[in-house]
Amino acid sequence: MPSTLAATARPNRLARRLLSSTLAEALTTPHGVDRYVELVRPAFSLRDVRAEVLAVRRATDRSVTLALRPNDNWQGFRAGQFVRLSVEVDGVRHTRTYSPASSAHAGDLLELTAHAQPGGAVSPFLRASAQPGMVVSLSQAEGDFALPDERPRELLLISGGSGITPVMSMLRTLCHEGYRGPIAFLHYARDEHDVAYARQLAELAAGHANVRLLRGFSRRPDAGELHGRFNRQHIHAAGIDPAEALTFACGPTALVEAVSTTWAEDSLDARLYVERFAPPAPAPVDPDGVVAGSIRFARSGREAASDGATLLQQAEAAGLTPKSGCRMGICHTCTCRKLEGAVRDVRTGEISTAPDELIQICVNAPVGDVTLDI
Amino acid sequence: MSTTSPPQLTPEQLDALGRELDAIRERTIADLGERDSAYIRRVIKAQRGLEIGGRSLLQFAFLPPAWLAGTAALSVSKILDNMEIGHNVMHGQYDWMNDEAVNGHAFEWDSACPSEQWRHSHNYMHHTHTNILGKDRDIGYGVLRMSEDQKWHPYYLGNPAYAVLLALFFQWGVALHDLEVEKLNTGKAKWSDKGEMLQAIWKKGRRQALKDYALFPLLAGPGAPATFAGNMTANAVRNVWAFMIIFCGHFPEGTHEFTEEECEGESRGQWYVRQLLGSANLTGGQLFHVMSGNLSHQIEHHLFPDIPAHRYGELAVEVREICERYGLPYNSGPLHKQFGSVVKKIVRLALPDRDGEQPGPAPEPVDVAPEPAPKPATRRTKAAKREPVAA
Repeated sequence: MPSTLAATARPNRLARRLLSSTLAEALTTPHGVDRYVELVRPAFSLRDVRAEVLAVRRATDRSVTLALRPNDNWQGFRAGQFVRLSVEVDGVRHTRTYSPASSAHAGDLLELTAHAQPGGAVSPFLRASAQPGMVVSLSQAEGDFALPDERPRELLLISGGSGITPVMSMLRTLCHEGYRGPIAFLHYARDEHDVAYARQLAELAAGHANVRLLRGFSRRPDAGELHGRFNRQHIHAAGIDPAEALTFACGPTALVEAVSTTWAEDSLDARLYVERFAPPAPAPVDPDGVVAGSIRFARSGREAASDGATLLQQAEAAGLTPKSGCRMGICHTCTCRKLEGAVRDVRTGEISTAPDELIQICVNAPVGDVTLDI
Repeated sequence: MSTTSPPQLTPEQLDALGRELDAIRERTIADLGERDSAYIRRVIKAQRGLEIGGRSLLQFAFLPPAWLAGTAALSVSKILDNMEIGHNVMHGQYDWMNDEAVNGHAFEWDSACPSEQWRHSHNYMHHTHTNILGKDRDIGYGVLRMSEDQKWHPYYLGNPAYAVLLALFFQWGVALHDLEVEKLNTGKAKWSDKGEMLQAIWKKGRRQALKDYALFPLLAGPGAPATFAGNMTANAVRNVWAFMIIFCGHFPEGTHEFTEEECEGESRGQWYVRQLLGSANLTGGQLFHVMSGNLSHQIEHHLFPDIPAHRYGELAVEVREICERYGLPYNSGPLHKQFGSVVKKIVRLALPDRDGEQPGPAPEPVDVAPEPAPKPATRRTKAAKREPVAA
């Protein structure tokens, strides 16, 4: 079944050339070619990256692993980078970032693993409802947390919980290309079944003499090779010299902070790459109180301390001239994209914390730090 | 259709009314989800399917059945594109879906009018200043006399003829709408300031014309003239239909107009009342509502312009009940009746006013509310002046 889907998911090169011609564009104006072709080939697009779900695996009771085949617009990724994945949940399109866990050499296949967070919108949805044939939207790969093209001589990979995915990709990529240098992998989790890839990790370590795997389980201290939280002894146990190796650490803030502090103490910051898996900011307790914070206007590169007024008023006070009309929430002229932060609808008092969503700035006030795309 | 003057509500009543309508709005917005996204996607799919089908058939337009079926399918496609999809999406009704394909700012419709300009003239100017003379430029679109308060001039003898032309070329009328040509004529605005807008109109209009009147006919080879005629007919059908539906929204007998003074500093409740009194509904079946972009529920649309329009039918039940409770008129009727009264108005206003021979300042209102009227002191009900109480 996946193979026939794959064969039909991508029209051949001639069809693509015809569809991207000026004539095709002129005939399909103003909507464009994509809006017609996607009705029969949902994964097709002339410019957007979309991917079809080929297989779904639920390795633990809270994780879901998707095997994806991106369309022709996908430019590949460097091991460790992340992508923005968009799916529709109850009619609303949500975007979240995930780091592929697959090898960067796995052809045009991409493997993403989501660990369901209680109260989250996307991961629990994927855990419950993802199935082969589903089409998702992707961004191109982004981020500096990535293996340099010139491979380091030795590597220390550190992961905590679901932060395993980007470093798993690095390990798989290196094993895939026959990398010979020493690799130590420190993996922290609650227990053996906490996160996906426990088995794959053990198999890779067993199959490659240069890979040394050390695991620490907070709920089953005896089951792993490491005890307690990350500390200098663990580096020592890994048998890697941090001054020689390049280190990549990804996980919850506490782990990443501990690693960063240790490397900073040794003035080895330049040899350390970190990525935090931070949960989204919680909604403030008092919805009507003014919550101090600053507003960042990403596109114009300005920043202002929030005074509690609507975002439109504050943008204007900051010297910007965003488009606006009715100033009462009717006409949607002022609608813009909120990249991060919480806002309060001054009409209803309702608070919204979702990243990357459209808001009307004339009827929304910031609650804490907010970043707008204006 | 009620043409009696509405009761004057006390400030407390106005606030209560505002709260009731706000509650409907909040409840509906909280309920938006899969049902609404599935609906708009289904309509989009139907529209794109009809367009592909219609244009394919029109490649064989030299065969009369293909011409007929193709033209019909393309007409319906253009109507759906402009009304149930374009108009509603560009109101931001589906912005909550966070999907570029149905985003109010990103959407572009199959019409000569650049969506950017329409969003200004319609979403902002018309919906904020609904039926305020001198501010809502949808009153007559700058070419027609649609209100006694527009001073009569011999130019308006052509009112019916201009209306027919506007109906036939409605997409171009809408395209030029935001230019505010009447201000250019009176010197209130300069052509030199309109360069950017003209360029956008030219760019969009040219692309639209190229597609319908050159490329698709040329692809049909020897059948080009028949394809050309089919495309032109489809555009005209869409134009006339859109004109009829839109003119039935605010101009049937019984709808009210307002002055700038009486709307100054109006409360949320007063804003709602103005939307209620300034709009009129059309009755009909499910298909009719879809084909009108649910603008047949013009009253609900003006109360809740950014709520997905396919919900207006359900909301109408509650809105009507609220109107009854507050003694507010709810202007509703079938298309032939409402459009008939619009036509009568267009013809009647071609001539100078019967009572005041002299064209001049706005005539005194005849049937304003009994004193004391709180804020809206000069609300007018044109119909009551002519034919006291109908039905």
